[in-house]
Amino acid sequence: MSAIASDAEFTLRATKGRAPNVFRRGEWVPMREYDENEPVDFAIVGTGCGGSVLAARLAEAGFSVVAFDAGAFYRPLEDFASDEAEQEKLYWLDERISGGNDPLEFGSNNSGKCVGGTTVHFQMVALRFRPEWFKSRTALGYGHDWPVDWREMWRYYAIAENDMKIAGPVRYPWGPKRGRYPYREHELSASALVLARGAEAMGVKWTTTPTASLSAPRGEAHPCVNRGFCKIGCATNAKQSMLVTYVPRALAAGAEIRDLAMVGRIETGPDGRATGVHYHRDGKWRFQKAKNVVASGYSIETPRLLLNSASEKHPDGLANSSGLVGKALMAHTNNAVWGIMNEEIRWYKGPPSLAVCEHWNYVDEGKDFDGGYSFMSQGPLPTDFATTLVENEGPFGADLRNWMAHYNHMAGLKIVGETMPNDDNRVELSDEKDRLGLPIPKVTFSLSDNDKRLAAHAEDFMSRMLEAAGGSNLFHTASTAHLMGGCRMGDDPATSVVDASGRSWDIDNLFVCDGSLFPTAGGVNPSMTIVANSLRIADRIIAMGKRGELSQSAAADGKRGA
Amino acid sequence: MSREHLKRFRTPYPDYNVLAKWDTPSFDDVTRRVIAHRLEHVPKRRFLDEAQYALLRAVMDTVLPQPERSEADRIPLEALLDEKLAMNLTDGTRHKDVLTQREAWPRGLAAIDAEAHAMHGRGFLSLSADERHSVLEAIDTGRVDGEHWKGLVPKSFFRHVLLKQAVKIYYSHPAAWNEIGFGGPAAPRGYLRLGPDMRDPWEAEEKRRPQEAEDLSEDET
Ligand SMILES: Cc1cc2nc3c(=O)[nH]c(=O)nc-3n(C[C@H](O)[C@H](O)[C@H](O)COP(=O)(O)OP(=O)(O)OC[C@H]3O[C@@H](n4cnc5c(N)ncnc54)[C@H](O)[C@@H]3O)c2cc1C
Ligand code: SF4
Repeated sequence: MSAIASDAEFTLRATKGRAPNVFRRGEWVPMREYDENEPVDFAIVGTGCGGSVLAARLAEAGFSVVAFDAGAFYRPLEDFASDEAEQEKLYWLDERISGGNDPLEFGSNNSGKCVGGTTVHFQMVALRFRPEWFKSRTALGYGHDWPVDWREMWRYYAIAENDMKIAGPVRYPWGPKRGRYPYREHELSASALVLARGAEAMGVKWTTTPTASLSAPRGEAHPCVNRGFCKIGCATNAKQSMLVTYVPRALAAGAEIRDLAMVGRIETGPDGRATGVHYHRDGKWRFQKAKNVVASGYSIETPRLLLNSASEKHPDGLANSSGLVGKALMAHTNNAVWGIMNEEIRWYKGPPSLAVCEHWNYVDEGKDFDGGYSFMSQGPLPTDFATTLVENEGPFGADLRNWMAHYNHMAGLKIVGETMPNDDNRVELSDEKDRLGLPIPKVTFSLSDNDKRLAAHAEDFMSRMLEAAGGSNLFHTASTAHLMGGCRMGDDPATSVVDASGRSWDIDNLFVCDGSLFPTAGGVNPSMTIVANSLRIADRIIAMGKRGELSQSAAADGKRGA
Repeated sequence: MSREHLKRFRTPYPDYNVLAKWDTPSFDDVTRRVIAHRLEHVPKRRFLDEAQYALLRAVMDTVLPQPERSEADRIPLEALLDEKLAMNLTDGTRHKDVLTQREAWPRGLAAIDAEAHAMHGRGFLSLSADERHSVLEAIDTGRVDGEHWKGLVPKSFFRHVLLKQAVKIYYSHPAAWNEIGFGGPAAPRGYLRLGPDMRDPWEAEEKRRPQEAEDLSEDET
């Protein structure tokens, strides 16, 4: 299927001193290459919000960097079709075993596999955490505290938003003051206006969603043309994914990217420290020596990699003396209410979630649950919506075709609901092996009573709101989205996997930098927080380098703490 | 008893043809290649045996009946599904203790046939449209004999495997985009008019309101 569109999934593109120029058809940019036998300063596994940001910042600071991604290196202009089925090529479709009371769906739902990571098919909602969430244990009485101060994160959010030219409102209605968004807000679509109307009827605030899609030209990228295919890859480059922002920056600064390169194992030496990574590329297993290794594969693959790298010195997997690697995996509840509107909405146009309400993230009174949720207007493409409809409600026959014929009159509100960190929700290795002989991950996930109360509250509130906005024939759907946690960062080696710099407590030249670091999930989409946190970690690593606290060679004796 | 045979689907967009945009800026080269392949390539049966394949077709014609289309215009759901099974395309998730797609389909189809025998004394293929509908309805509401299902959960096979795969194929087809008035491919040209009841000239025109929607959830158990 995909071979019809392009050869990116089968042919190495980042090789022979060049990598794809993502802004042009068929063109290249020069790429520096590093010798496998010369230890590079940093080998980074993954090029999503964690990996690509770190690669760019560390290369800009003068470090030698090789970043690996299991997926392909696309040029959106020539490789991305306006077609849901074709674009499944962007998903991590390798099997994962999913269990627990509320088993997670992977693939399209939360995991990308290409250079740029999951952001290549994310929905571009670019929100910040509520400040108190960084201290949710002390300030709000649930979850775990983050080892960072919100004011520091606030500074890094602003940098991230500028790096990605987020288009947003002049004044954001919730939380402490923030500066203007770098690009002006998008024009509201009909589906966004439904949320606005409903919010006004219910007496709660709403705003245009800060969105990672250009509202004005930027360099060679054109502004958004409202084609609405964002969630399956933007073919015009308006969408500010990692592929068109930090990845080109990393290359320009001298980082090497290796596409179609699956890292299977992090090697550790007799002293227990990381020496490099084993990766599969071009038909065989290879080894890259490195002074420092960073796992940035996201909440399933990062734990999987650390667990699969067990050695004599680290029998339970790397960085796992706390036993927490893979634990406290979180998702967001994604409950939604849908209804038929009198007017034509045509929700396939424009970025799908252009209006947002964060009321229940910032108000604590009147809740019978911990945590918060935001919700946004919706615009699913046909198979996405049809799947939601039949899996939740099961219409079939002429009724199904008839229901789908209301597609252009539908509107929906969907939450991003915080779930509680729970050590029983976790990633482990199964006994089964994949094509490369790597153990298939096994994931267990169950919602807590608190999570269910939150979802019920949201369903009730949003139903009243959609009805107030004129929706009829309402129905509800339940699902989850996003992944967070699995390698929590913290202040205490007994209760976290890494410290505030992403450095593992057990191995001083092994870092984690991606969404798996989240101690709590928050009630907003995670990527801006991952990017901001990665920028913060990059600065800390650069500062450590200046202080001479980084591993200088694979064999150097720089043991710290434990 | 179901009155399925009395229901007729009518599209609100009788004059719309998304493929009329083929040579306009709504379609780019890569999209044209992908859609041309989907339209021209009807895969040959490879995975299911002949009897299973015939049964699959009858089931697909029940969940997504296309009475108004000729054989040539019909969206060949069974062929496209069989191809997916033959290629063993996975979607990234294997539910614990749940059969894989390749295991589930033959078993699920056999169970549907067994339910047809139990309810009507005949195989699914020899049932009327109403009877076929009633068999699937019984499966979705759990009024079935677990014996036939050999490890499958009837309702979850029906919704999360059968219906899900059926709609993923059906609503990927331009003919389905036409009937729901979906804009279809839109690159490099997207849309200018975004407001309620607003439409660019290259979007589908609604000629009549969609038919009254049957309330969902009412037949939930
Ligand atoms: C449909 C969808 C919509 C979303 N919408 C939003 C949104 O609107 N707003 C928002 O903030 N967030 C959204 N998200 C979530 C967001 O995209 C992710 O949280 C974020 O991209 C995670 O960043 P990461 O760096 O941790 O991991 P990823 O971005 O997933 O990057 C990990 C990368 O590592 C690679 N990799 C993994 N393991 C290995 C290995 N062993 N060897 C080599 N490479 C490896 C993968 O191929 C992948 O490219 C959405 C997600 C999805 C799926
Ligand atoms: S709506 Fe904008 S961001 Fe989304 S796919 Fe289209 S051009 Fe890209």
